[in-house]
Amino acid sequence: MNKSSMGQSKKIVTTVTYAALILGSIVMIFPFLWMILTSSKTVPESMQVPPTIFPAQATTENFTKVMASLPFVNLYLNTGLMILFRVVCAVAFSSMAGYAFAKLQFKGKNLLFSIVLIQMMLPSQIFIIPQYQMVAKLGAANTIFALVFPGLVSAFGTFFLRQAYLGIPNEIGEAAYLDGCNQWQSFTKVMFPLTSSSVAALTVFTAVFAYGDLMWPQVVNSDVKMMTLSAGLANLRGQFTTNFPVMMAGSLLAMLPMVILYLFFQRQFIEGVAMTGGK
Amino acid sequence: MSNPKSGTIKLSAAAKREQNWGWLMVAPTIIGLVVLNVWPFIQTLYASFCEHLGFGHYRFLGIGNYTTMFKSPEFWKATWNTIYFCILTVPVGIFLSLLVAILLNAKVKGKSFFRSVFFLPMVCAPAAITMVWRWIFNGDYGILNQMMGTSINWVTDSKFVMIACAVVAVWSAVGYDAVLLLSGLQNISKSYYEAAEIDGAGKITQFFHITLPMVSPTLFVVLIMRLMASMKVYDLIYMMVEDTNPALTSVQSLMYLFYRESFVASNRGYGSAIVIWTVFLIGIVTVIQFVGQKKWVNYEV
Repeated sequence: MNKSSMGQSKKIVTTVTYAALILGSIVMIFPFLWMILTSSKTVPESMQVPPTIFPAQATTENFTKVMASLPFVNLYLNTGLMILFRVVCAVAFSSMAGYAFAKLQFKGKNLLFSIVLIQMMLPSQIFIIPQYQMVAKLGAANTIFALVFPGLVSAFGTFFLRQAYLGIPNEIGEAAYLDGCNQWQSFTKVMFPLTSSSVAALTVFTAVFAYGDLMWPQVVNSDVKMMTLSAGLANLRGQFTTNFPVMMAGSLLAMLPMVILYLFFQRQFIEGVAMTGGK
Repeated sequence: MSNPKSGTIKLSAAAKREQNWGWLMVAPTIIGLVVLNVWPFIQTLYASFCEHLGFGHYRFLGIGNYTTMFKSPEFWKATWNTIYFCILTVPVGIFLSLLVAILLNAKVKGKSFFRSVFFLPMVCAPAAITMVWRWIFNGDYGILNQMMGTSINWVTDSKFVMIACAVVAVWSAVGYDAVLLLSGLQNISKSYYEAAEIDGAGKITQFFHITLPMVSPTLFVVLIMRLMASMKVYDLIYMMVEDTNPALTSVQSLMYLFYRESFVASNRGYGSAIVIWTVFLIGIVTVIQFVGQKKWVNYEV
């Protein structure tokens, strides 16, 4: 193969690569674009054949309508608080347990860790009926606590952060010990700060999955004021079966906060997922 | 350190303190797991042999729920739908993810932009995403029919509804899986390709002899994860197909059936049997994967 033909085939490969990436991106972006465009069309316009691409007369009535039929402020607040508490619990308890499983010697360690592993392998739906019955018995249905409940501890978080602590050399802990730290101090002051990238990954992972979860919030909080954004959308679908502009407005409002966070923290989001997925 | 010969060897004061710290630090997680998972698991298992009398009261029934279940055409249809959903989404999804990962691994400008675009569905709640796709797939006014010049009832025709759900599932997951595969691709040392280049191996040979074997461990992880998630599919199908939709039986997954039986009809004993069956099925599929991996996953790096 001579140089010019090699250069040419390289050019073709590059062109095809870009073409494929751009085509893929259009397929990925289009639904979002279509949602935004539809959300500002009137109902008659949305049903026009052939369809208009851009709204002939952009309207905000779909947003007012959807906010009148769903308490969006509550939905944001409920979802935000659920995510916050789940993240705090997962990070705090999993860090402690992950550290202990990785760095401390204690009786029953393997047996206790096997509970963590088994929980990780079982789908969450197998726990859902009894968990719901517990919440109902406590009289805690339709509360923030109910939303957080299954996420109070995280087996995956424990497993994941144990890996992070295993990656820290023992000498660092020993040095802290010689400096007069007890186990708790060497954990909080020396070891925990060293796992910050794993903690960030666990935060992203916990937040994204709590945000998308549908079955649990749906089951446990039936009062529309105590729903999460996902459950609220399911509720909206029942109210407006054919009014797509209103449903698009609702979906847009529901996904906006996470998308904005994503735009600011893209790298953390993607790396977080790559880290937690690559276990 | 403990001595294997004598069970009750005295620990030094420091080791004892370490042990106490260990117990104390795992306590919240372990207590939580026992209350939230171990005990509920036992309850679900027990409930699957019971009849639910309402308000969380159960009466022992024996294998009644399981015999009812195995005789129910709706149950077998849901089992098949779940497997069919996996067949439709997993191979195509993994193939496209690998393709995207390879494209993103090439020397292209705006790589992080493309990566962010493909990953976008991951940060959107499935409930919101499915709403948009319902609109795109709408039989009367949906943009898809208009573009293709067809009038298919994607969401209400039992012949097409599963395909529509599969499209949404693949579209949603492709970026996530691609990010995982991309990190696998990036771990492959450039020197392999340089050596192959010198030996005159073409791009396609390089792909099958270097890229594919080297990325196979990551591919296996992605495959296992995707299969497990697909066997548990619920939110996407639930949002796409409400329970009054005539096409429901053609697309209802096991977890959808579980939801309807447990929380709509309040047949929690029967619902428990369905979820136990699902776990059993996931277990079988996972075991098959782990046996099959020996044939194609390459761990010698």
